[in-house]
Amino acid sequence: MTDKPPSCTFEQNGYMTIQEIQEEIVDEFSMFDDWMQRYEYMIELGKSLPLIDGQYKTDDNLIKGCQSKVWVHAELDGDKLVFTADSDAIITKGIIAILIRAFSNQKPQDIIDADTAFIDEIGLKEHLSPTRANGLVSMIKQMKLYAVAYQTQIN
Amino acid sequence: MLQTALDIQTIRKDFPILNREVNGQPLVYLDNAATSQTPQQVIDVIVDYYHRYNANIHRGVHTLSQEATDAYELARQKIQKHFNIGKIHEVILTSGTTHGINLVATGFTSFLKKGDEIVVSAMEHHSNIVPWQMLCERTGAVLKVIPMNQEGELIMEEYHVLLSNKTKLVFCNHVSNALGTINPIEEIIDAAHKVGAAVLIDGAQAAAHIKPDLQALDVDFYTVSAHKMCGPTGVGMLYGKEEWLNKLPPYQGGGEMIAEVSFEKTTYADLPHKFEAGTPNICGGIAFGAALDYMENIGFGAIAQYEDELMQYATQQLLTIEGLRIYGTAKHKTSVISFNIEGIHPYDIGTILDKLGIAVRTGHHCAQPIMDFYKIPGTVRASFSFYNTQEEVDKLVEGVKRAQRMLL
Ligand SMILES: Cc1ncc(COP(=O)(O)O)c(C=O)c1O
Repeated sequence: MTDKPPSCTFEQNGYMTIQEIQEEIVDEFSMFDDWMQRYEYMIELGKSLPLIDGQYKTDDNLIKGCQSKVWVHAELDGDKLVFTADSDAIITKGIIAILIRAFSNQKPQDIIDADTAFIDEIGLKEHLSPTRANGLVSMIKQMKLYAVAYQTQIN
Repeated sequence: MLQTALDIQTIRKDFPILNREVNGQPLVYLDNAATSQTPQQVIDVIVDYYHRYNANIHRGVHTLSQEATDAYELARQKIQKHFNIGKIHEVILTSGTTHGINLVATGFTSFLKKGDEIVVSAMEHHSNIVPWQMLCERTGAVLKVIPMNQEGELIMEEYHVLLSNKTKLVFCNHVSNALGTINPIEEIIDAAHKVGAAVLIDGAQAAAHIKPDLQALDVDFYTVSAHKMCGPTGVGMLYGKEEWLNKLPPYQGGGEMIAEVSFEKTTYADLPHKFEAGTPNICGGIAFGAALDYMENIGFGAIAQYEDELMQYATQQLLTIEGLRIYGTAKHKTSVISFNIEGIHPYDIGTILDKLGIAVRTGHHCAQPIMDFYKIPGTVRASFSFYNTQEEVDKLVEGVKRAQRMLL
């Protein structure tokens, strides 16, 4: 990987499994008492992370038909798949940050096998509802599709 | 306090849903332009239908069928009276506005030829754009668009220039669902008639706020949806002038719409049944009648006046928020405020408001051309009904301020 986004701090999680990362996120969120704090945290995440390199914010990488736009890009780094993504809505971007933290820098097969139930546990389930029109459901689908594609490539 | 002859607190008791909580907060329902809530009086009619006289209509000799048919036809009379329609068979019961528009657009296929022109306004709902585009594809007719100005008003001078003897049809909404603009439909209809074009007015958004006199308007077609005016979903009305309805071919084939059927030839039933193939939404039609009774009982004059005061108040209050811009500032508008806050995506505001129990719509409101015009991804839209209160407007304004503090 050459054009890594500058402040993608989640790289250090590379040594944890998806399961472990998800548990860590659930732990973090359990400190919040109410929705306000959860959302404020997500908004912070959304604001602080430049998640995708500008050159990948193309129409090809755009998930269409949603109120808030979502771009996803994937690249293989060794045997790990690295995701970058972005959205024009900040709350959506916050959830993207969480999803990337869980799924990026993992082996494609682990990404294919992973589930997203932890989003429910941290009280953000509504954002992954297929009727929400924020692009997140399609984004997860897209991430898994990338994983499938790269898995075939590795094999 | 707003001055009104309406006793809003008593009216609110008619709407059971207004008592519920959303995310632990009392519901503040400000998505009335998408669908309105249903009063107990209408719910009772729906329940009563299934309790006492659920039966298919127009076909049975038995008592239940007779009762259901009578109730359904009584609803048609109520609709006729409410919209001041000349003849009862000019009232076509549909599944909603979209159905009515498609019925007309499909029916015009054989009347148009290459080079004919269809004029449509720049602020239409997708359901009043796509059927005409499809009609153009089928016939080779060309779609011309009446432009609008920054305030969200149609530029009428341009409309008059667009009209010519090539113009065969004109389509426009009475009220824009995305901007709230009340369009000058009298002028639109008169001018179109001068060049011999037929006019369809999409009244989906207007009918909850304005009681149109269709005979006085001399409009050719007018469509509404019951669910935007205290009735149930899946039912609506298409008004068509008798001469047009006789000329148009049937839209769907099936039971109810025939006089005689053999494999050689079928003759169609008379109006309105020619356009009412299959078993209709019987209960919905009856409930639509009840919804009109309910609104008439409160009074459209009082409703319009109160909603206008509520909208003016909300406009003033919202404009105190820094960076807030309202889209749709027409001189004549009703019950809709579309807005954005600088630097914030409408989806984010809608999400925070939902957490506060406030229901608004966000997005392009099925009117993407309007969003393209303003070069925005969408707006937050608050839309009011007569059962909303000044206090709810205050909650909206507080909620938007809170969202702004969180998001900026
Ligand atoms: C102006 C306008 N036209 C048409 C429609 C479509 O109505 P329906 O979905 O009930 O057919 C709507 C509803 O959102 C509307 O606001």
